[in-house]
Amino acid sequence: MSKFDFPPSIASRPVYGTLKPRKGTQHLMIADGAGAEALLDLVASAPEIMAQAHVIFISRGSDTHSEKLRAAGPAILHVGPSYPATVQRIRRVLQDTVMGAQIYLAGTEGLIGQAMNEALQAGIPLAAIQTEHRGSVARRVQCVHCKGITEGVMTDPFVCSHCGLNLFVRDHYSRRLAAFQGVCIDAEDPGEVPDPVELYK
Amino acid sequence: MTIQFNDETFRDDYTFRNSEWAIKRFPFPFHEDSYMYSVNMEQHRGGPKGSVYEKRFDVDEHYISEMRDRALVLADDPLRCQSLPHMTLAGWDLLELIMVSKSEDYPDLFELHRNGNQWRWINKPLGIDDTFTFMDEASLPYGPMEYITRQAQGDYAVLDQRENNLWMDAGMVTTQADWSLDFDIGMNFFEWHAPVPLAHEMGVFKRALKFLLNIQQGSPARRLNWTMTVNPLLDTSPENYHKWGRQKTTLTPENLGRKQHLRVELQTFYRLPRSNALVFPIRCYLIALEDLVTVPKWGRRLHRVIRDLPEELATYKGFIRNRPMILDYLAQYDDGLPTSPGIWPDIDTEPPLQK
Repeated sequence: MSKFDFPPSIASRPVYGTLKPRKGTQHLMIADGAGAEALLDLVASAPEIMAQAHVIFISRGSDTHSEKLRAAGPAILHVGPSYPATVQRIRRVLQDTVMGAQIYLAGTEGLIGQAMNEALQAGIPLAAIQTEHRGSVARRVQCVHCKGITEGVMTDPFVCSHCGLNLFVRDHYSRRLAAFQGVCIDAEDPGEVPDPVELYK
Repeated sequence: MTIQFNDETFRDDYTFRNSEWAIKRFPFPFHEDSYMYSVNMEQHRGGPKGSVYEKRFDVDEHYISEMRDRALVLADDPLRCQSLPHMTLAGWDLLELIMVSKSEDYPDLFELHRNGNQWRWINKPLGIDDTFTFMDEASLPYGPMEYITRQAQGDYAVLDQRENNLWMDAGMVTTQADWSLDFDIGMNFFEWHAPVPLAHEMGVFKRALKFLLNIQQGSPARRLNWTMTVNPLLDTSPENYHKWGRQKTTLTPENLGRKQHLRVELQTFYRLPRSNALVFPIRCYLIALEDLVTVPKWGRRLHRVIRDLPEELATYKGFIRNRPMILDYLAQYDDGLPTSPGIWPDIDTEPPLQK
């Protein structure tokens, strides 16, 4: 079960869909972890697009997903260990996209948000970008105080991995940062920090 | 009249004070005894003589001290002033708008001499006399938006207009009611308002956006917004909330009248000529409750508004924990008499406090 229905939320929060095959001259697919399954579902319904597909997969150690993607026969497959290790390559590949290219992003919110940002900055129109959430519901959160981004936040509140303040996750999302906003929870009563609860529980 | 500028602080020892003149012209934001969100826009075409509506960019006794406070905020955190690369033209538009308006509205304080693109700007209160080339960034010590908004009270959000939406693509934000330009930059109108409760469901933002998209050059609009702040702290930023949040716990029944301030934003909206951007000045006025209640009508009305405000709004505006104490204080100034409609103090016609 890697699909998750996000509860109705705020206006700045991105909405994810289900990847659908589209006509295009190029198909650039970027996924992480369980996002590979969304790409495989997509390919199952339209195997022909793989001949023009450039797949960038951030495996997070999952060899099974990498092998399945390879078996699907994309024109190019690159498997990277983490997003920071892969982002330069993503930028370079986005530079080469032509008119009519289709972008498919699948996996965690952090991956989708960051890759979306790169694609928009490269001039890809929003209408040519599809997203599908799979896997972890962890959030990327920027500490509004020190500006450091903490990856993989699973609880609310949590401790900023940069400055150590206790942060709650405000319902506010920046596409530019691909991150939610974290705000000090005990500013008014230092030390009074509620027990962390798991997000979406 | 010539303005007597105060030498005062908005931090640490908080020596900020409003004179009698500033109290009487305070932009009281409630036109009736209750409050709920509304689009509440009107044309910004002057107003009663001496009121904060009279001039395009109001200058008051706090000008010099506010600009000093802004410089302190920027030295501490340069991210409070940002402009995405495509917004430079809008910055020049804004510089022109403020220089022209201030030199026309306050000729004794500001002068603008233009000879083609060679401009000379004299700001007497701040002791500035600069000659520069209009549209040449290298001729100013800062970018055009930063240069002029270091000399203009209030925050400035500069909004790009495209795809039938407004985009927060530049701004100078140091006197904000708890929002972060650094986080919100690049967002559209609905995105940056996402944390506001109730208003989305009421359709307020859709109607407001429709209005703003249609603002024409030469026809600015305005509205008032409000919140509450403990101490006259201009920089109630989320960035520094872990430092100032604790001040909310320092209220006592004895110090509340002096420390608790009503914070009012005069928001105006101007279409800019070259860039077609919209500039959204957000001017912050602070008043201690003990000064506010010297106007009997305002004392009566503020008590009723705060008492009846929905809990979500008191939470969002950040004073839910202090509301009971604020109400105890304000109740002393509400004798139950009816109040006259509209925001003006009506000192001469409203009855004095009957208790």
